[in-house]
Amino acid sequence: MADHHEHHAPTGWRRWLLSTNHKDIGSLYLWFSFAMFLVGGLLAMVIRAELMYPGMQVVDPDFFNQMTTTHGLIMVFGAVMPAFVGLANWMIPLMIGAPDMALPRMNNWSFWILPAAFSILIGSVLMSAFGPGNPPAPNFGWTFYAPLSTTYGPASTDFFILSVHLMGISSIMGAINVIVTVMNMRAPGMTMMKMPLFVWTWLITAFLLIAVMPVLAGAVTMMLTDRHFGTSFFDAAGGGDPVLFQHIFWFFGHPEVYIMILPAFGVVSAIIPTFARKPLFGYASMVYATASIALLSFVVWAHHMFTVGMPLAGMLFFMYMTMLISVPTGVKVFNWVATMWRGSLTFELPMKWALAFVILFTIGGLSGLMLSITPADFQYHDSYFVVAHFHYVLVSGAIFSMFAAVYYWLPKWSGVMYDKFWGEVHFWSSLISVNLLFFPMHFVGLAGMPRRYADYALQFADYNWWISIGAFWFGISQLFLLWVLIKACFLKKGEKATDEVWEGAEGLEWTVPSPAPFHTFDTPPVVK
Amino acid sequence: MSEKTTSYYVPDSSPWPLLGSVGLFLIAIGGGNYLQQSTSKVANDGTMGGIVLTIGVLWMIGVMFMWWRDTIKESIGGLHSEQMDRSYRQGMLWFIFSEVMFFGAFFGAMFYARWLIVPWLGGEGTGAMTHELLWPDFQAMWPVTTTPDGRTTQAMGAWGLPMINTAILLTSSVTLSIAHHALLAGDRAKVLWAQGITIILALIFTGVQGYEYVHAYRDLGLTLEAGIYGSLFFLMTGFHGIHVVIGSLFLIVTFFRVLKRHHMDGNNFAWEAAAWYWHFVDVVWLFLFITVYWL
Repeated sequence: MADHHEHHAPTGWRRWLLSTNHKDIGSLYLWFSFAMFLVGGLLAMVIRAELMYPGMQVVDPDFFNQMTTTHGLIMVFGAVMPAFVGLANWMIPLMIGAPDMALPRMNNWSFWILPAAFSILIGSVLMSAFGPGNPPAPNFGWTFYAPLSTTYGPASTDFFILSVHLMGISSIMGAINVIVTVMNMRAPGMTMMKMPLFVWTWLITAFLLIAVMPVLAGAVTMMLTDRHFGTSFFDAAGGGDPVLFQHIFWFFGHPEVYIMILPAFGVVSAIIPTFARKPLFGYASMVYATASIALLSFVVWAHHMFTVGMPLAGMLFFMYMTMLISVPTGVKVFNWVATMWRGSLTFELPMKWALAFVILFTIGGLSGLMLSITPADFQYHDSYFVVAHFHYVLVSGAIFSMFAAVYYWLPKWSGVMYDKFWGEVHFWSSLISVNLLFFPMHFVGLAGMPRRYADYALQFADYNWWISIGAFWFGISQLFLLWVLIKACFLKKGEKATDEVWEGAEGLEWTVPSPAPFHTFDTPPVVK
Repeated sequence: MSEKTTSYYVPDSSPWPLLGSVGLFLIAIGGGNYLQQSTSKVANDGTMGGIVLTIGVLWMIGVMFMWWRDTIKESIGGLHSEQMDRSYRQGMLWFIFSEVMFFGAFFGAMFYARWLIVPWLGGEGTGAMTHELLWPDFQAMWPVTTTPDGRTTQAMGAWGLPMINTAILLTSSVTLSIAHHALLAGDRAKVLWAQGITIILALIFTGVQGYEYVHAYRDLGLTLEAGIYGSLFFLMTGFHGIHVVIGSLFLIVTFFRVLKRHHMDGNNFAWEAAAWYWHFVDVVWLFLFITVYWL
């Protein structure tokens, strides 16, 4: 049956629209997520333009609410999650010596559902900004708490609900594909405990996705029936409870947070050993730590809801469980540092991003530990301190790890080395601006500035001006990345990459040519 | 049938995933508009929702038909290696796990309502002031037959139709297992009659469930609008019912495939997937019967 593998790569629109190739679908995911990153970033620019000065400046408060809502939704579901799925598509088959993903057609379906889902969501934003009569886009925060999203939700809420359903279908199918690929497609000799850590972290992430995306689907379905069919899930008058929504949402939402960070751990665990020229310290403990974080993520959800009210025993339970998560996370940070200890370090761009990740993610992790303390959380809740916390873990955490991954594997994908000058500019510019952007948020948050308001008290004015400067600077910095990508992927300009690319790199993906040919590992390699 | 291949079959480019996404897009856009146009909660003066939804559903049925046609052709053409068979099986099991979690959201909501919300609304614990100030007449009870704002309903008893339906569904699982053993033993006639009985029982179950809904709406005042009990009752049994219909269709398809002499040579993934799905639907029902109808 070898003839089935000798067909030529399809060309033109068929190649991209009808693909069953994990590399092409991976590229589609990555470009889609980058586009969503820029769209979501644009919405953030509107937020920061409004908040640059106190008082109402650029938009009205309702539109501001739509911006915070859709910025969060687009970044979480459109930028970070698909970016990691794109990486998984590209790298997992290469890393485990498989010819493709296990279910290639379903893979393409998972991707093409995303443009359908996001055209609905972004469509509601465009209608709100430019449409006749300006019907509002979703304006209830990315967490879409009832009753804001049920009794008081605008008409676009129904379309938002359906687009969340589509995103869920896409994520579940993508996750099933990852698990089946990892469990069933490893090359001979590639035992579970020989798999690169990126594969391990994605395997566990995929499990989380399959476990919680259906719960989100259940939550939005209850919203839909509450809105249109008179059910009382989130309505106390009928015997339901709006707080029930928060419980279901965060039962999804907290594992979701780890869905967005575990693959980042995998990326960093691939990059640091390469540039330290030492094997990863404590590989097995990394695997177990990842699994522990994933399991704990199911029993911490109510730490998002301490101020909502719950029995004392509940508060204590969720506080201690949350604190417990810092143990496996600490194991990871320790292992990365120990990997570098006495290594022969060099600081190419992927390593720079990975180091920035380790430091800045740890800052975000520590502010998370502060937030886990229930009585302290009563003070921090819904303040800019929370905004600072989750942007440190998501922007300088998840997204920085994506940048690290892009610089690390781009030569393998495109066949040419990235533009080092503009890459350095991108790195330093992003590093400084991201801290200017998010670090002062800790201060204004602790001083009492609430999140999700279009205006603030005068004493926060100076910090907010600097935060906005940092935001615009960070936003513009991403155009350097766009240029680096265009140059490497489309203009193919740059130093020709070798197969191994990096001197200290280990793993099957470095045994295939750069750029990786359309089909790889048709005959599985044997792993010693 | 030709020899099974040993290499992993990576299909050529296929239009169905892309067209499937178009179908889902039409269903979402059409469905959202139809919902708003056919209910009174949200102003939407368009008229096209129902048409777009219908096109989307038909479109999707067409895509599913064509997609599965391709995979069945590949399967009987011997393109699926044993490794690929394992991929399909594992994929199906994880899909069923995702379905379990979907029902989990509703079961979680039900227990939260029964154990926490309703007692709190009745004045227990930290919710006492809600009770005092808003609904002092509300009595905590499950099922909630009188809501805090005074809507009333009757509860659905467990030992009438639901009991009969439990017996029907459990029997159908037994007949399906008989068919399964026959399939593995290569006894095609026995597969056909046992699976045939399973399908008939499945259809009877759906019919009884439909009648039960009529009874609930007409005689008991148990509706979607009847408060948290009605909400949970209809969404939980309703989603179960949808899964019964899907499972029945799945069984009917594999029944016809057995008629066409597929599946009898050990190449039986689709048949077994349908059977797993049916057992899953059966187990969900047992939990529903115990927690929604009985206790």
